[in-house]
Amino acid sequence: MKTDIILSGVGGQGILSIAAVIGEAAVHQQLYMKQAEVHGMSQRGGDVQSNLRISDKPIYSDLISRGKADLVISLEPMEGLRYAGWLNEKGWLVTNSIPVVNIPDYPSDKELKTALDKISNKVVLDVDDMAKELGSTRVSNIVMLGAASPFIGIDYTAIENGIRRIFGRKGEEIVNLNLKALAAGKAVADNMKSR
Amino acid sequence: MEKLLLLGDEAIAQAALDAGLSGVYAYPGTPSTEITEYIQASHKATGGQIHSHWSSNEKTAMEAALGMSFAGKRSMVCMKHVGVNVCADAFINAAITGVIGGLIVVAADDPSMHSSQNEQDSRFYGNFAMIPILEPSNQQEAYDMVYKAFDLSEAFGIPVMLRITTRLAHSRAGVACRPEKAQNTLHYSTNPKQFVLLPVNARINYNRLLASQEIFVKDSEGSSFNTFIKGKDTSKGIVASGIAYNYLMENFPDGCPYPIVKIGQYPLPVTLLNKLARECDELIVIEEGYPLIEDSLRGLLGLGLTVHGRQDGFFPRAGELNPDIVGKAFGLSVIEQTIVPDIVKMRPPSLCTGCSHRDMFEALNVAYSEKGEASKIFGDIGCYTLGYLPPYRAMHTCVDMGASITMAKGAADAGLKYPIAVIGDSTFTHSGMTSLLDAINEQSPITVIISDNETTGMTGGQDSAGTGKLESICLGLGVSPAHLHVLVPLKKNHEEMVSIIREEMEYRGVSVIIPRRECIQTLARKKKKQQ
Repeated sequence: MKTDIILSGVGGQGILSIAAVIGEAAVHQQLYMKQAEVHGMSQRGGDVQSNLRISDKPIYSDLISRGKADLVISLEPMEGLRYAGWLNEKGWLVTNSIPVVNIPDYPSDKELKTALDKISNKVVLDVDDMAKELGSTRVSNIVMLGAASPFIGIDYTAIENGIRRIFGRKGEEIVNLNLKALAAGKAVADNMKSR
Repeated sequence: MEKLLLLGDEAIAQAALDAGLSGVYAYPGTPSTEITEYIQASHKATGGQIHSHWSSNEKTAMEAALGMSFAGKRSMVCMKHVGVNVCADAFINAAITGVIGGLIVVAADDPSMHSSQNEQDSRFYGNFAMIPILEPSNQQEAYDMVYKAFDLSEAFGIPVMLRITTRLAHSRAGVACRPEKAQNTLHYSTNPKQFVLLPVNARINYNRLLASQEIFVKDSEGSSFNTFIKGKDTSKGIVASGIAYNYLMENFPDGCPYPIVKIGQYPLPVTLLNKLARECDELIVIEEGYPLIEDSLRGLLGLGLTVHGRQDGFFPRAGELNPDIVGKAFGLSVIEQTIVPDIVKMRPPSLCTGCSHRDMFEALNVAYSEKGEASKIFGDIGCYTLGYLPPYRAMHTCVDMGASITMAKGAADAGLKYPIAVIGDSTFTHSGMTSLLDAINEQSPITVIISDNETTGMTGGQDSAGTGKLESICLGLGVSPAHLHVLVPLKKNHEEMVSIIREEMEYRGVSVIIPRRECIQTLARKKKKQQ
């Protein structure tokens, strides 16, 4: 197997915690993994992205080639659109629907919707709202990971175990909340995927 | 053995810990910061067995690392590429003194300038100092190289440079570790002349360094980090160094048809390269950074050897490589541009909401704009450099650490009436103090704003060397107490700040204004910890 994932969002949204869970799951499945992160200047409210590659064979490049990504996971819709062009023909875009408007020329809701409508393989969901319903906006990342989980190429139970390992030291309550968030996201994706 | 999932920076740190490191010295700088942070968080550092406190700048870091080596222990000094400029004096001379305890100089280059002012290639510094350089292609190699480099350094009695780039530093992969070694015990050189670079001694040392060059080449030729990989198609021979090797192999998943010399250790392995040149019709050099290997192979006159690389347009001369650039150069089908819908706009970084620099710029802009062309703002390196961007547009220069104050002084010397310097607290103690002294000694009519957020913000909130000491430093250097002001940059103090800046701009001597409020990122982190 080989899955090339681009994670995107706005500095401070925490795309790296999604990457951490996937990475943990991949390594425990004895898979190879490379994950290029962005640190430094762009973290201050700018657009951020991370290339995450998983494979059962050794991986050379830390960067994904254009048009070769299997999955784009975005915590922000305009940032999802920025990288949707990197997807291959069978690739999926999984994105949060809630914009982060911190620039004067941010597109209108209608413009965003029109652009997203042109992408056929996509899951668009309001993870912020779903996380709030689950009881904490802090788990919106994990809702997003859940929505992306059917496309990652790793067993769902392995991702659950990844969450258990990463959040384990924060106590059972936090683990369970994150597992619930994961399941809620997955349910949305399964629903959209089957359509 | 289970692999650890580590950033390239973390792999370097872990290797140093395992190889018996006694001290790491560094000033934060992207993309090198995480090396020192990882060591600081280790049990050995928190337990007091390893030195890992931040240094004031790269020069003090380099000197302290050399001092630890002088005392027989293993030390590592880490910096971003431009940090090598700051420590160059100590760095070059450390090659003349040589070392006792193993000494590794990690230089993290930033091709494409993701977070930097230039994309200088540190391998030139390594060559300049005439020391061995190691350049890993992946995180495991980074680990293995650091682990080995201490032995290499001690065997040759010379500092060893580890050259990495952003992509390796900030990319995570599984890394297998090796057995832990004990730290060296305190011991000194048996040669009392070794570290005393009076001309009479330096000449002897320099000749020894020159004589070592042949030994370094021989070691490089036998090194497991330099390999000849056979290929059937000898129409091309490829030289690929460091991370560039990965971009080549990414394009040939079933194996590269051309012979390759993979470079991970310098000086260049002459015999391997000679073999490649003899076997192949032409050479292609893939290297991240400047065309160092390419130029060496081609020579000034380019006689007798066809060499392609960044210099002849085979690859772009500037910027970071990636698999697409390399694939295109080999005539493979790649997508050169991805389609991004028009509605997707640039999202540049910006100062955080609630950041103290914002309140400083709000006030500064009022006072400064009243002077029209008679005032210019000299900026520096840090979060506040974002003041160049809208909405503030309040910066006319940003060159190097500490340059704000000295450039303001130079412009004052030239006749600019109201020069203003904007510098952060950490940048000030890094390289601004001597600048301030120059201005004070000449009574330069400049207004220096030390925007003090009590941290090294841009790199993620590391301790700042001057926290709690800025007023005494300024007064000690000779700033007049009447022209030293500490303000609290908050909206409610806006008017007060404007009027003080306005007043001090009129003063025909050095004024220092310190707007002080903690970085909201470090503050939030502290609050979270307390919960």
